[in-house]
Amino acid sequence: MLRIENLHANAGDEPILRGVNLVVRPGEVHALMGPNGSGKSTLANVIAGRPGYDVTAGSVSLDGVDLLALPPEERAQQGVFMAFQYPIEIPGVSNMEFLKAALDSRNAAQGRPELSAVQFLKLARAAAERLGLGPEFGKRGVNEGFSGGEKKRNEILQMLLLEPRLALLDETDSGLDIDSLGTVAAGVNAFAGEDNAIVLVTHYARLLEHIVPDHVHVLVAGRIARSGDKSFALEIEAKGYGWLTAPA
Amino acid sequence: MSGPNAAVGERLAQDYAAGFVTDIESETLPPGLNEATVRFISGKKSEPAWLLAWRLQALARWRKMTAPQWAHVTFPPIDFDAISYYSAPKQGPKSLDEVDPELLRTYEKLGIPLHERAALAGVETPQVAVDAVFDSVSVVTTFKEKLREAGVIFCPIAEAVRECPELVQKYLGSVVPQSDNFYAALNSATFSDGSFVYVPKHTRCPMELSTYFRINAANTGQFERTLIIADEGSYVSYLEGCTAPMRDENQLHAAVVELVALDDAEIKYSTVQNWYPGDEQGRGGIYNFVTKRGACLGARSKISWTQVETGSAITWKYPSVVLRGDGSVGEFHSVALTNNRQQADTGTKMLHIGRDTKSTIVSKGISAGRSQNAYRGRVLMNPGASGARNYTQCDSLLIGDECGAHTFPHIESRTPEAIVEHEASTSKVSDEHLFLCAQRGIDAEKAVSMIVNGFCKEVFRELPMEFAVEAGKLLEVSLEGAVG
Repeated sequence: MLRIENLHANAGDEPILRGVNLVVRPGEVHALMGPNGSGKSTLANVIAGRPGYDVTAGSVSLDGVDLLALPPEERAQQGVFMAFQYPIEIPGVSNMEFLKAALDSRNAAQGRPELSAVQFLKLARAAAERLGLGPEFGKRGVNEGFSGGEKKRNEILQMLLLEPRLALLDETDSGLDIDSLGTVAAGVNAFAGEDNAIVLVTHYARLLEHIVPDHVHVLVAGRIARSGDKSFALEIEAKGYGWLTAPA
Repeated sequence: MSGPNAAVGERLAQDYAAGFVTDIESETLPPGLNEATVRFISGKKSEPAWLLAWRLQALARWRKMTAPQWAHVTFPPIDFDAISYYSAPKQGPKSLDEVDPELLRTYEKLGIPLHERAALAGVETPQVAVDAVFDSVSVVTTFKEKLREAGVIFCPIAEAVRECPELVQKYLGSVVPQSDNFYAALNSATFSDGSFVYVPKHTRCPMELSTYFRINAANTGQFERTLIIADEGSYVSYLEGCTAPMRDENQLHAAVVELVALDDAEIKYSTVQNWYPGDEQGRGGIYNFVTKRGACLGARSKISWTQVETGSAITWKYPSVVLRGDGSVGEFHSVALTNNRQQADTGTKMLHIGRDTKSTIVSKGISAGRSQNAYRGRVLMNPGASGARNYTQCDSLLIGDECGAHTFPHIESRTPEAIVEHEASTSKVSDEHLFLCAQRGIDAEKAVSMIVNGFCKEVFRELPMEFAVEAGKLLEVSLEGAVG
C-alpha cells in the first residue's frame, strides 16, 4: 500500500534522502533504524508533507494515490498519520476540541457521517483511559504542561482515534520510562491490524521487544543500506552501525 | 516571503462584508469647525441654552488642547477643518414606517433586526431593543413601549435632552469631563447623537439594549455620545456594534461613553467593534479615538466592559472604571485583533478609590499581518482603598513574524493594604502549529480559527450569547488570508 521509489529529498540545500526504495504492505510493521543524520526522521516528515523539505526526485504513493501532490492535511485525510518526536503545545485549545476537529475533518474527507458530541466523548474517553490519561486530560490544552510521557501517549491516543491507514511513529520511544514504554507499545499493538501498517523510526532495539517488526531497515547516508527481519535489529544492537555502508 | 514562517506570513485580501455605501439623500454640513458649526448642531437639535453653552465651553477648551502623542500608533496629523461634523439622512423619520427604505435595507444587510415584528415573531430569539445611529443621527429606536412599561428610558440622547433634561444635565460630563482629553473635548463640542439609557431603582431591564453605529457619508466624522445611568439596585446589559463603508480616506470616530452605577446597580457593556480597518496596504479605515468610562458611584455597584475589537485602521480606546463606592467591582474583558496594517492601542484604567473595591482585567491581543497591537493599562490604588484588589491578565498571540505585540502596564499603589496582581504571556502561531494541525487533517484556516478562539474563550464567555457567536465569526472573517 505504501510505495516509495527512488526518493531524493533536500532539507534546505542539503541532500538528505538519496534514493530510498521501500514497499510496505497492509498488516506489516517496519522498523527504520540508522545512525544520527541518516535520514530516518526526514523520510517520515517527507511522507507526511512537513514544510521545509524539497523532493528532488522519486515518488511516494499510498494505495495508488500520489502523496507528494497533496498538501499535508489531505495526506492525513488519506490515512497518513505521524506521531511526532517532539509533540508541541497548542495552548488554549483543549485536547477534546482538537481531537474532535481532527476526527471531523477525516470523516468529512472520507464521506463518513460526523460523530455526535456524545458518541465522540465516549470513544475518546475510552481510548484515553486505555492509555492511562486521566479524566482532566480532555479539558487541558493540547500537550499543555504535559510530561514527556504524556505527550507521547497523547500521540498514540490520536492515532487510535483517527485509525490511519499508515502510522509513522517518529522516535515514539524516546524520553519514555519503562512503564510509559509499555503503555505506548500496548496502544500501538492494539492498533496494528490487517488493514493498516506501521513504520517505526527508532534508535534502539529496546522498542522492538515490545512492538515486533516484520521488517527492519537500516538507513545510511539517505539510503536503505540493508534490510532484514527482527533478528537483524539485535545484530545492530550488538555491532552498531559502523560496519554498514551506503550502497553504491 | 520565505523563511520558517512562510506559510503563516502569506496573506491575501481581507474580506470586509460591511464595506458598502448606502445611496441616501442626506443633509451634510460643509467641512470645518468653529462656533457656528457648534451652534448649527445645537440648533438642529433645538437644544436648551445650557447645553449650547456647555458645547461652546468644550470648544474653547478643545482649542487650547493638543492631540495626545503617547499612544503606540502613527498617523499623519488630522486636519480637523477638513471634516464635516454633521450628516443626517434628509428624510427625518418619526416612526419605523417612515424610515427611508434604503436605510432599512442597510441595516438588514448588516443583520440588525430593526423590525420589532420580526423580533417578536421569533419566539426563541431573545428580544433586543435597538437604537440605530446613522452618521450623525439616531434613526430608529425599537421596543420603546415595552421598555417604558418597565420604566426604562432608552432613546436618542437628543430626545433625552428634551424629555428628561435634569438627568442629562446632572450626569453629562460627570464621568468624562470636557477637558479629560483632546478627543473627549472635541466630542463634547460637536456630539450629534448617541443613546441614552436610564434604568430606575430596583429594576432589571427586561431585555438587552443595543445600539448600532454606522458611518455612511464620506469625509464625515462620527461623534456620538452615550450616557447610561443605572439607579440603585438596577441591572442593564447594553450592546454596541459598529460598521462603516470601505473608503480610501480615513474617517474619524471620536465617541464618548459615560456609565453611572449607583448603589448595588450593575451595568454590563459589550462592544463588537468592526469599523472598516483599511485595505492591506493600510489605505483608508476608521480612526477610532474613543473615551469610555464608567463610574461606580454607589456602594457594591458593578461595571463590566467587554469588547471585541476587530476593525478600525487605528484604535485608541481605554474603557475604564472609577471605583468610588465601597465594595464596587470593575471588570474589563477585551479581545483586540489587528491584521494587515492595523494599529491598536487599547486597554483600561481601574481607579480604586473606595474600600474593598475589586477589579479584573483580562486582555487578549491578537496580531497578524504587519499590524501593531498594544495593551495599555493603569491600575491605581488610592490611599483610602484599603482591601482593594486587582487582578490583571494580559496575553498576546502573534500570527506570523511581521507583526508586533506590546504591553504597557502602569501600576500605582498608594496604600499598603491593596493587592495588585499582574500576569502576562506571549505566544505565537507558528508553522509548527499549523503542520501539527494539518497532519491531523485540519487545514490552516480552521487551525488558526481554533487557536484564536481558544485564546479568546475567557472573554467570549462574558458576551451575551448571540454576540459571542457573532464575535467568533467576525474573528474568522478578520483573519481571512492571515495564513497561506
